[in-house]
Amino acid sequence: MKLAFKIAVRFLGSSKVQTLFIILGIGIGVSVQIFIGSLITGLQTSLIDKTIGNSSQITVAEKEQGTYITDYTRWMDKISSSDAKINHIVPVLTSPAFLKQNNASTSLLLKGMDLKKAAGIYDLKNRLTSGSLPQKANEVILGNTFQKEYNIKKGDTILVLLPSTKEEKMVVTGFFDFKVSALNDSWAITNLQTAQTILDQKNAVTSIEMQVDKGRIFSADAIAQKLEKNLNDSSFKITNWKSDNESLLSGLNGQSISSYMIQVFVLISVVLGIASVLAITVMQKSKQVGILKAMGMKDSITSFVFLSEGFLLGIFGAIAGIAFGIGLLYSFSTFALNPDKTPVVPVSLDIKFILFSGGIAIVSCLVASLIPALKSKSLNPIDIIKNN
Amino acid sequence: MNDMTQNNIIQIEHLDKIYGKDIKTHVLHDINLSFQEGTFNSIIGQSGSGKTTLLNMIGALDKPTNGSIVIDGKDINKLSNAKLANLRNETMGFVFQFHYLLPEFTALENVLLPFEISGKKVDKQVRQEAEQYLELVDLKDYKNNLVTKLSGGQQQRTAIARALMNHPKILLADEPTGNLDSDSTELIYELLRDINQNLKTTFVIITHDRRIAEKADRIIEIKDGRIHMDVNNGEKSGEGIQ
Repeated sequence: MKLAFKIAVRFLGSSKVQTLFIILGIGIGVSVQIFIGSLITGLQTSLIDKTIGNSSQITVAEKEQGTYITDYTRWMDKISSSDAKINHIVPVLTSPAFLKQNNASTSLLLKGMDLKKAAGIYDLKNRLTSGSLPQKANEVILGNTFQKEYNIKKGDTILVLLPSTKEEKMVVTGFFDFKVSALNDSWAITNLQTAQTILDQKNAVTSIEMQVDKGRIFSADAIAQKLEKNLNDSSFKITNWKSDNESLLSGLNGQSISSYMIQVFVLISVVLGIASVLAITVMQKSKQVGILKAMGMKDSITSFVFLSEGFLLGIFGAIAGIAFGIGLLYSFSTFALNPDKTPVVPVSLDIKFILFSGGIAIVSCLVASLIPALKSKSLNPIDIIKNN
Repeated sequence: MNDMTQNNIIQIEHLDKIYGKDIKTHVLHDINLSFQEGTFNSIIGQSGSGKTTLLNMIGALDKPTNGSIVIDGKDINKLSNAKLANLRNETMGFVFQFHYLLPEFTALENVLLPFEISGKKVDKQVRQEAEQYLELVDLKDYKNNLVTKLSGGQQQRTAIARALMNHPKILLADEPTGNLDSDSTELIYELLRDINQNLKTTFVIITHDRRIAEKADRIIEIKDGRIHMDVNNGEKSGEGIQ
């Protein structure tokens, strides 16, 4: 085995330019795979982050409209112990309301939430365009549409009409921008105690919102299903982002499939390229193989020479490919910029994916070298000696 | 006769070799030959007479169509490819008309190859031995040169050193000096003779050169695939004709 490896090294070293071209070919294949794969992953991550990163990914609510979840802290504990992949569990009390101003009124969605816990989902602090989060009772933050269109200023007191026809005065402490106009137009966020007091729902919430670990975002449906089983309460309706965003999901799936297709075809062309080049090397080295066999080298060892060549080409091709791939990604994220100097697609380096691509290259090269390995096995030394 | 058979390191009986399936070429006809251990034998004959085919079969590189070849007590017809490879590696050394060295390796590495093929580890002692063989063929100063950087004569001498590496019982040579000038030819034959006398290696050498053949213990002439003459040196010409 050691001798076969040594011979493989010498064979490759004896035709340096050819070896370099093969390594370059494998390297380009691997780098395209890494580049396309990372780009699509980056694109998906940023798309998901933008669309569902700042919203509830699994929501537990009562099935029947108008009913509330009581004893919600006990349910929150149960949810938390149900699955370790669930995080940022936020109790939310939501109610429709009206904002009365100068004899006109506009609809509001009053959301009372545990603001500390909600920071994990909604990232409220960074969403604030001005002011601060509500801290005291009856304080509220509004979407920035209200600031622009209704001329409401920080510190203003607004009048909120509740479904119970009760009117409540609330102080605006700031404005947020969720980059989604539907939310900026209607949401009014206050702390949970305020909502519970003004809506007269002590110890009750309308829903419990939560997110899942970043890496498990596509398993939200399975996690929700498991949660449903663990909570074991038929009065609950558990929804997840996947069932709520089917068109987004099919778009993402389409993107993934096209990315896999590109990667598979790149891989096939690399494998075929290596196999044909290695098959030619057997022809080139058939004299040497014949001599080695005449001196008593067994067929299996000569096959191993070509498998070793495949392995070595795979290793160096993978290293070159990883280097090119990282270089390409770096160039792309440095030179392909939006007008605000942020990358067009935020590219993230996934070490596991990069190592996987390298590993695939090595395995492909080994598979490709099986053909010349078998071919060398059938070489008869006498044919080489006779045909000199 | 029994003693003779026991001393025979190569025993060939009723050997036929036919090439081709549709158009058959009968290359060797009913060859019966034996070679005693430690002897220096030469095979002569015209081009196409079948002498190289015979040597290749003695070297277990090719299999007979009919008949048997027993090398060092082993019938090559009954051996698997792997066992034939072992037999070639352990029992035989080859020197071909074209040196057949591996151009990717140095002279010393080429000499060490048969030993490495046997699967044993090359230690300092083995390396020294390989160097001694290179010294024997007067190439010690060139041991670390790639063989492509050696002259034709030097390459052929490296091939001889390589053939000796595994202490083969049999050394087969097919026109080892075919590509060399007469001075080099003379030197190489003297070298082979010395090896035969000192190491008791059995030699079977094909040569065109009758002058060289006459220096062997025994001369076998092949003509049209048959043994035309088989004489021991010192016997009068023709005495040994079968």
